[in-house]
Amino acid sequence: MVLADAPNMTATALAALGERPPHPWTGQTLSGAQITCASLEAEGVTTVFGYPGGAVIPLYDALPGSGLHHVLVRFEQWAALAADAYARVTGRVGVCMATSGPGATNLVTGLANAHLDSVPLVAITGQVGQPMIGRDAFQEVDITGITLPITKHNYLVQRAEDIAPTIKEAFYLAASGRPGPVLVDIPKNVFVAKAPFHYPATARRAGYQPSTSPNMRQVKLAAEAINRAEKPLIMAGHGIMLAGATDLFARFVERSGIPVVFTLLGLGCFPEDHPLALGMMGMHGHRHVNAALSETDLLVNIGARFDDRATGKISGFIPQAKVVHVDIDPAEIGKNVKTDVPVVGDAAEVLKALTPLVAARRYGQWTGWIEGQRDEALLAALEDRPNHPEPYTIIKAISDASDGEAIVATDVGQHQMWTAQHFGFNHPDRWITSGGLGTMGYGLPAAIGAKLGRPDLEVWTVVGDGGFQMSLNELATAAQENLDINVAVVNNGYLGMVRQWQDLFHAKNYSEVEISGPDFVKLAEAYGVTGIRVKTDAEIRPAIARARSIKGPVVIDFVIEPEANVYPIVPPGASNSDALHRAFDDTDV
Amino acid sequence: MKSAHTLVVLVEDHPGVLNRVVSMMRRRSFNIDSITVGHSEQPGISRMTLVVVGEDDEVEQVGKQLYKLMEVLKVTDLSDQACIAHELALVKVAAKAQHRAEILQIAGIYDARVIDATPASLVLEATGSEQKIDALLAMLRGFGIRELVRTGRIAMARGGTAAPTKGMTTVSNGVGDGAREPLVALTN
Repeated sequence: MVLADAPNMTATALAALGERPPHPWTGQTLSGAQITCASLEAEGVTTVFGYPGGAVIPLYDALPGSGLHHVLVRFEQWAALAADAYARVTGRVGVCMATSGPGATNLVTGLANAHLDSVPLVAITGQVGQPMIGRDAFQEVDITGITLPITKHNYLVQRAEDIAPTIKEAFYLAASGRPGPVLVDIPKNVFVAKAPFHYPATARRAGYQPSTSPNMRQVKLAAEAINRAEKPLIMAGHGIMLAGATDLFARFVERSGIPVVFTLLGLGCFPEDHPLALGMMGMHGHRHVNAALSETDLLVNIGARFDDRATGKISGFIPQAKVVHVDIDPAEIGKNVKTDVPVVGDAAEVLKALTPLVAARRYGQWTGWIEGQRDEALLAALEDRPNHPEPYTIIKAISDASDGEAIVATDVGQHQMWTAQHFGFNHPDRWITSGGLGTMGYGLPAAIGAKLGRPDLEVWTVVGDGGFQMSLNELATAAQENLDINVAVVNNGYLGMVRQWQDLFHAKNYSEVEISGPDFVKLAEAYGVTGIRVKTDAEIRPAIARARSIKGPVVIDFVIEPEANVYPIVPPGASNSDALHRAFDDTDV
Repeated sequence: MKSAHTLVVLVEDHPGVLNRVVSMMRRRSFNIDSITVGHSEQPGISRMTLVVVGEDDEVEQVGKQLYKLMEVLKVTDLSDQACIAHELALVKVAAKAQHRAEILQIAGIYDARVIDATPASLVLEATGSEQKIDALLAMLRGFGIRELVRTGRIAMARGGTAAPTKGMTTVSNGVGDGAREPLVALTN
């Protein structure tokens, strides 16, 4: 029934939904708090991330009586972001909860993160009691007003009997169409009020009709454009994974023979070790990838939104190409890049319709030309720097040790780009990074969310010493939950990416980027987890092996060259073709 | 080329809908020339008239972003259709005895009604296009306009259909065949 009424669900969300027996509390008169818990259970939620407080005391009173596993974070922001990562690895809706006022405002960054990266999330916040709303009560904020522009939708629930249908609708909106975060704000007295519990089987809104089935006329136009092109290129985005379309995408690539470039969030949707996978595009994209973008005569964008970090200066982006843009959100068509053939629809449905219409081809000359643009010298230089633990080697070593099978979460900055460039992602939903918002501190809570979502997989997080210091209090959460996660701190004593910009574009004016930190090994020990320090290249692989053998959280402090830079880098405001590929000092590559 | 587009937006009549629409327009730097909200012919559905100045593709983006709001049911751009676009103005104009006849004559030219009078002033009610109201005001300015309120534009397509039948997002934008059909629920 749910399936029939929600044809626009993403495939993974659909599989997660399935048919469930009615909740055992169905028909009983329950408190709003109990209804909230039962509704989450009726959605198949098992794990929630949160933090209690005044307005949600009734909700936390009901929690132990439910079957939900509540993960007590140390800061609400990381609850939202752990839930975000949980959603990314499971394909299900992530859930976080917080109290009113500061609890709710602390969720804001996490909601914005999920909003920009199209991650399905439901946030439950407590609100002051209805008689107090609008009176500037203790811990009152207008969280629905605050989160209006960073949620797909939000609600202020007015009656206990509205909780179940609201949560039903919230999950439906979060997971269907273009996924996103939905916030449900519930006043304290509504948690306490009683109502009979009936969880609706379906949700529907007249004003919400995501277009999942493509218009066949547009699909045919796209196929014609593809079949005419001589130097086509596929731009693969997050939408392919959100649609659960990675297998369909692989079939499309194999048949069409078109080489693939990835956005930051598209990494993993198609194996990077495949001969047609070229690597990441954009600001820190590989030289041959951005070269291919300059030469291509047809860019087929599937499930990406032409983010400025991917496109560089728009006027210099794909100067010779026509554009086919496949997106489930019509508003993305033509928003940033002029599109010749728009195809609005779910990536899976579009690929099903499109693949049989494209000619089976190989573009030997074109792919040969692209291969010739690879920057072999850069990698050779990276491998020839034994004095410090080389960031490139750290990333390769983690990838090698886990056979490329691990989930890798990152924080934001240089280490994130080194990981994106060099890990080699061959599986969907294992590369967990904050793409759109660039949320520092994401790494550790993301690893926590990822491990709870996929306990069967090895989980690493690569963080910088700056971002780690924003969220390292979550080591306590990881220890309390006894999570087997490995934290690789790429420690340069700087806010490295900002320092790199100041180095390259602001005449080395290092303004407020030197950052001290604790002794991360002692800090780990203070949290009751293992700490390892690595100061030379030779120690990298043994430390990684040791971390993998230890149960529970491990922190490895990799003390790297303080002024190592990420290359290539496209200067701010420049075209991708203007990337810098080397430092001016050639020892710094 | 930038031009003024008249968008009719049908929305669910929920608390906060106006806030959602205006907030979206503000954050995406779309410029609202005027906005009016009121009841429509259908219970539970409000009708907004937005006047937005922009390039055609910019206004198309406005429509698409409006559709992303859950409460928005239908967006119609009336700019290319035969339509009636009126606003209402109330003007309190200084009208001493020696000017009253002249003011009344001007009001007559513009079909403005006198709805209040004192020994020193008249309140006129005028309806029509912005240009007509502008012209009336230009004629009255010399006498001294004491107070002025204009509603902003409200608009309706000409012809027999009750509601606009064609939304803004069309097949040419690559949207699926089944998307944004006329809302059956609204016409039943």
